[in-house]
Amino acid sequence: MEKRADTFNRVAELIEPFNKKGVSLSDATTFATDLEWDSLTVMDFVASIEDEFDIIITMNMQAEIENVGQLVDTVISVQDN
Amino acid sequence: MTDLFSKFDPLIQQREDLLSTGIKDPFSLVMEKVISPTVALCNGKETILLGTYNYMGMTFDPDVLAAGKKALDEFGAGTTGSRVLNGTYSPHRDCEEALKEFYGMDHAMVFSTGYQANLGIISTMASKEDYIILDIDSHASIYDGCALGNAQIVPFRHNDIDALEKRLKRLPPEAGKLVVLEGVYSMLGDIAPLKEMITIAKAHGAMVLVDEAHSMGFIGPKGRGVAEDQGVLDQVDFVIGTFSKSVGTVGGFCVSNHPKFEVLRLVCRPYVFTASLPPSVVATAATSIRKLMHAGDKRAHLWENSRKLHKGLKDLGFQLGTETPQSAIISVIMPDLERGAAMWEALLDRGVYVNLARPPATPAGMTLLRCSLCAEHSSEQVDDIIGRFKAAGAAAGVLG
Ligand SMILES: Cc1ncc(COP(=O)(O)O)c(C=O)c1O
Repeated sequence: MEKRADTFNRVAELIEPFNKKGVSLSDATTFATDLEWDSLTVMDFVASIEDEFDIIITMNMQAEIENVGQLVDTVISVQDN
Repeated sequence: MTDLFSKFDPLIQQREDLLSTGIKDPFSLVMEKVISPTVALCNGKETILLGTYNYMGMTFDPDVLAAGKKALDEFGAGTTGSRVLNGTYSPHRDCEEALKEFYGMDHAMVFSTGYQANLGIISTMASKEDYIILDIDSHASIYDGCALGNAQIVPFRHNDIDALEKRLKRLPPEAGKLVVLEGVYSMLGDIAPLKEMITIAKAHGAMVLVDEAHSMGFIGPKGRGVAEDQGVLDQVDFVIGTFSKSVGTVGGFCVSNHPKFEVLRLVCRPYVFTASLPPSVVATAATSIRKLMHAGDKRAHLWENSRKLHKGLKDLGFQLGTETPQSAIISVIMPDLERGAAMWEALLDRGVYVNLARPPATPAGMTLLRCSLCAEHSSEQVDDIIGRFKAAGAAAGVLG
């Protein structure tokens, strides 16, 4: 569980620079609706996640990710692979 | 009943809003008569064509037209069949021979369009456990090729060598990888650092596909494209191209030295399950391609035109897609869609046709007026164009 909380915090930190409206973050926060990100913001953000965790999040995975919780789970599962 | 069209409502609204300001619809222009590669009648007015990708002006070349007419007479209007059944005539084979001569490669496969060439090659080659690493600003046909297949898709920031390298490093070394690049990116007219990128791709065991749609015939000592120009064509596994730009007709192709290339004719669905090009089309393409091998003077004049237009528009104060002219595309960045459409119309009123491009086709949500030059544009025409841009820019409120 500690790893998940730690990953969540690191992800949340990377969201902050793009969190223009100061939305408070939970697992259920969605990127498109709550954070109102466009495709350019998503691209920059995904690149920063990939660099932070030294992983790749393919477009195939991105298509399945709608909220912060799903992203955190994806980051953990990709790291474990 | 749910109307499946309701998802298009925002787009329909945006279009209505734009047209209600009195602007002409930039996406429904009709050319009534085409006078030459650089001039047509639009709305009864003689108009200089500056947005056709007819880079080498081959559409009215007398040898090209003669070859087409001859094939039309000898082979008929169409093949009514797939390339692998009844749709391969000798002109199709000859066209593939012309491509092999042009690129100096062992294999060539002609598709019905460039769009289908990307669709077919990309979707067929990479399967579920393979990776396709592509520039985020890739053409729609490349993305659609990815969508038609089921490989893992890894995009990287436009023309960013480090971003490509980082991603390749993170992929499993043993996995199959295809790096997909373009020579010229058609939205801004910028070229790719192919030399560096291909070196990195090869170092990580990836195969490389380069779409040279906007460079064939023009860039490189023999007009083979940006990879030739940067001295790395021999390391490109697959070149994708089109007949709808420099070649001056319609069709697409892939050329390669891969020893097993020919198997694609059996497994590539967008090649198999569609009718082949009409014989007249492939005959015009073959003639045009062979003439492009010896078109050094035309290439030189097209470069002059490109430099002249770039400088002229820059001096007028327009914001351009590239600092320096890199290709035959000069892209003018508009402040927004409204003023872009107004500028497009002001240019058309003054007898200049350019291409209006807007999201999602454009990067970074930009509205662009894309100008593509032709080797048949005279220097005087380019001067004229610059003068008309000045007047249109003032009329549309784009120039301060
Ligand atoms: C980069 C690129 N690839 C492929 C194509 C498709 O070519 P075609 O018009 O032959 O379908 C185009 C042109 O639209 C293009 O710009």
